[in-house]
Amino acid sequence: MSANHQLIAAGMDLGYGDRQVVADFNLTIPPGKLTVIVGANACGKSTVLRGMARLLAPTRGAVYLDGKPIHTMPTREVATVLGVLPQSPIAPDAIVVADLVGRGRYPHQGWFRRWTPEDDAAVAEALRATDTLELADRPVDELSGGQRQRVWIAMALAQQTDLLLLDEPTTFLDINHQVEVLDLLTDLVRNNGRTIVVVLHDLNLACRYADHIVAMKAGRLVAEGRPSDVMTEAIVADVFGMASRVVIDPISDTPMIVPIGRHHIGAGALA
Amino acid sequence: MTLALDHTAIVRSIRGRLALRRRSITLGLALALALTFALALYLGDYPVAPGDVLRSLFSPLTGEVNKGVDFIVLNVRVPRAVLAVLTGISFALSGIIFQTLLRNPLASPDIIGISHGASASAVFCIIVFGMSGLWVSFGAFAGAILTALAIYGLAWRNGVTAYRVVLIGIGMAAIMSAVMSYLFTRARLFEVQQALAWLIGSLNAANAADIYPLALALLVLIPLTIALVRTLDAMQLGDDTATALGARVEFSRLGLILAAVGYAAFATAAVGPVSFVAFVAGPIARRLLNGAGNGFLQAALVGALVMLGSDMVAQHALPSIQLPVGVVTGVFGALFLLWLLTASNRAGRVN
Repeated sequence: MSANHQLIAAGMDLGYGDRQVVADFNLTIPPGKLTVIVGANACGKSTVLRGMARLLAPTRGAVYLDGKPIHTMPTREVATVLGVLPQSPIAPDAIVVADLVGRGRYPHQGWFRRWTPEDDAAVAEALRATDTLELADRPVDELSGGQRQRVWIAMALAQQTDLLLLDEPTTFLDINHQVEVLDLLTDLVRNNGRTIVVVLHDLNLACRYADHIVAMKAGRLVAEGRPSDVMTEAIVADVFGMASRVVIDPISDTPMIVPIGRHHIGAGALA
Repeated sequence: MTLALDHTAIVRSIRGRLALRRRSITLGLALALALTFALALYLGDYPVAPGDVLRSLFSPLTGEVNKGVDFIVLNVRVPRAVLAVLTGISFALSGIIFQTLLRNPLASPDIIGISHGASASAVFCIIVFGMSGLWVSFGAFAGAILTALAIYGLAWRNGVTAYRVVLIGIGMAAIMSAVMSYLFTRARLFEVQQALAWLIGSLNAANAADIYPLALALLVLIPLTIALVRTLDAMQLGDDTATALGARVEFSRLGLILAAVGYAAFATAAVGPVSFVAFVAGPIARRLLNGAGNGFLQAALVGALVMLGSDMVAQHALPSIQLPVGVVTGVFGALFLLWLLTASNRAGRVN
């Protein structure tokens, strides 16, 4: 499962109705890497993800999956290569974890090809990878936020796609669960050679976990590259309109952004 | 490797358990329906012994004829029971499709205005055109389709959201009720009586001619539903997730809405807007399954059972009076609605 599919946005404009949200967006997703998209609220990062996942058609430009325009490909064919976990998926009432994760097998089934032992194996593997095997017969309604998020990721994993796009998979999670989820995604990239794109809110976690970081502002790409090359005080000031000090994360040696507000500025900071 | 096999075995056993539950409930409902059906053929003012019922049923094959009994069984009780089952199935499937698509247990056709559209159209046909019989049914059918189109059109804004359909549907129901009220103020007493009888919904005049259009419609609609129901399993997770999984969301939604409107329109045309069957069947089936399936087959069985059972109560509860079935389903459904509103304390269940 390391065919390393190629996903490219070329001159993509995206919008809802008359409102343009993303303009002239160019991005090549590096294969076999964890790419993180960051930016202020409403900068269009989720919209970019939806565009690249063919959930939203570009008004101009195109997205290419392995050289083919993704919005004209049969959606089922895309679904065997590219998996997406949207921001707020809905769990049907009373559904059991194993059943929900099994829905990820949808693109591998058809009118005449129903559930097979292969599907059982894929679901089991997804549950194991997300450490949710012991939840498998519990109703999804009864899970905690962190457990539920892991179950949704398991559903996306059961789809067994080379490319995986996740929209803020750590929102609403406690810090320990955020780290757990990002560790899991890193495992998938390093051990299985998957290509993963994530939208994240937390800059420091983004800098720590990203192989490739993409900073956006007002619907445009501002900078991309390795976090240590990209995340400078100037870029943070540009993207978030906020003064900061960039230090080295003592754990991961990646950039760590320490915000500077109007209050609580110690004497040491002036030095 | 053995570990991975163990994990697969866990998944398989959970799925097996869900399937077993699903099958037991389906079997239980089917048996209950068969029993109720048998009872419906047996009960009645004119006593027919069970053996005679059976003989009568097989008389077209065996050639044994007993004119009086055969008329009661084959021309009165069988058509009535068959029509109850078919309309029950239709209302139930219409309800559960709307409720699932719109993710709202209140979104059944008898609440979001489709039944009201059929009713207003039927009342219009009775009072303004002085129609009766099959023509009223045809009017009801056209009313249901037109109302559904109007709701869909008004709710459309770069696609259709569940929320808008429910709100506009409830508005449409109010408009249609107003139209009916206006028509009633302009009508003569006899016409009002005729219209009201139609509005409550009844199987009292059921005959074979009512069955054929509905049966033919089901021959088309049920395969269509089966073909699209798999997509609905994906669509339950939200439009984006469904598209991500490779489902053709807009196409399937349109097909399912057409099927749901078709069920409601043909069933309403056959027996009138029998209230609450569409509304209760899906939630009852899903509560029985408790997560063990999407509940379509089971909801169809529940709908048939509710319709047939209610009709038996309507026929035999009061001596010498045959109530319209809609009175019984109305009482039953109202109680169920109250229970649903009070029992579903989990936030967002009914909103």
